[in-house]
Amino acid sequence: MSRFLPYPLLSLGLFATWLLLNAPVTPATAFLAALVGWLVPFVMPALRPETVRVRAPGVILRLAGHVLVDVVQSNIDVAKVILGLRRGTRRTGFVSIPLDLRSPYGLAVLSIILTATPGTLWIQYESNSGRLLLHVLDLTDGDGWVRRVKDRYERPLMEIFS
Amino acid sequence: MTGVDLPVWAAWLVVALALSGAGFSLVGAIGLIRLRTFYERVHAPTLGATLGMTLIVAASILYFSVAEGRPVLRDLLIGLFLTVTTPVTLILLGRAATYRDRAEGNADAPPDP
Repeated sequence: MSRFLPYPLLSLGLFATWLLLNAPVTPATAFLAALVGWLVPFVMPALRPETVRVRAPGVILRLAGHVLVDVVQSNIDVAKVILGLRRGTRRTGFVSIPLDLRSPYGLAVLSIILTATPGTLWIQYESNSGRLLLHVLDLTDGDGWVRRVKDRYERPLMEIFS
Repeated sequence: MTGVDLPVWAAWLVVALALSGAGFSLVGAIGLIRLRTFYERVHAPTLGATLGMTLIVAASILYFSVAEGRPVLRDLLIGLFLTVTTPVTLILLGRAATYRDRAEGNADAPPDP
């Protein structure tokens, strides 16, 4: 961004992390947190990160809500599978999902979402074709998974990292 | 840790949160034994890394906040860093298994994406 504050989001994150670690907040810790948040990001240009632009805060909140509900739900579902409480036959297998999302940050967040959801495992992403291979523990309906990933996660991520 | 008198409601809530979190982690560990193929098994420990971790972190935050009489939120960082780093390990394991199964031509090798 600017020369004075190259990565404002990183600065904010470091500032908040420092304050959380050193609570309760005193003027001294707040000053040190501000210093860390301001100075440490200056080592980042060596890694040449792509600039990230995050927009649509409303979409972020809605996505976070969806992910929260899905993670809790799938925790319970997988626990049922493990404890043998799930009725009927269970099919497990791979789903191939064509992704339109290309932003590396968007893909990173998608991988965190899918891995943090028990029951789905990110196996392989082919950046040439944009196809993602997912392993699903309880694969009752394959097309449903494609639609679920695309509608629930991919579309909001494309809005956020557009 | 000793000598702190928690109000009864807080003590019960901390115990309930910590035990349910531990319960989910235990189920994940059982799943690691009970499920059969590698790709199925990898799903199980995620229980401990998500809901199990969240509940235990919540118990810890509640305990220290009540005990110290101010919001103690540093444990949120544990949750944050666990969530951000777990996928790295799991994806690495998944990739390694995929490579092995394809190289050996196993029947349950993942198809091309």
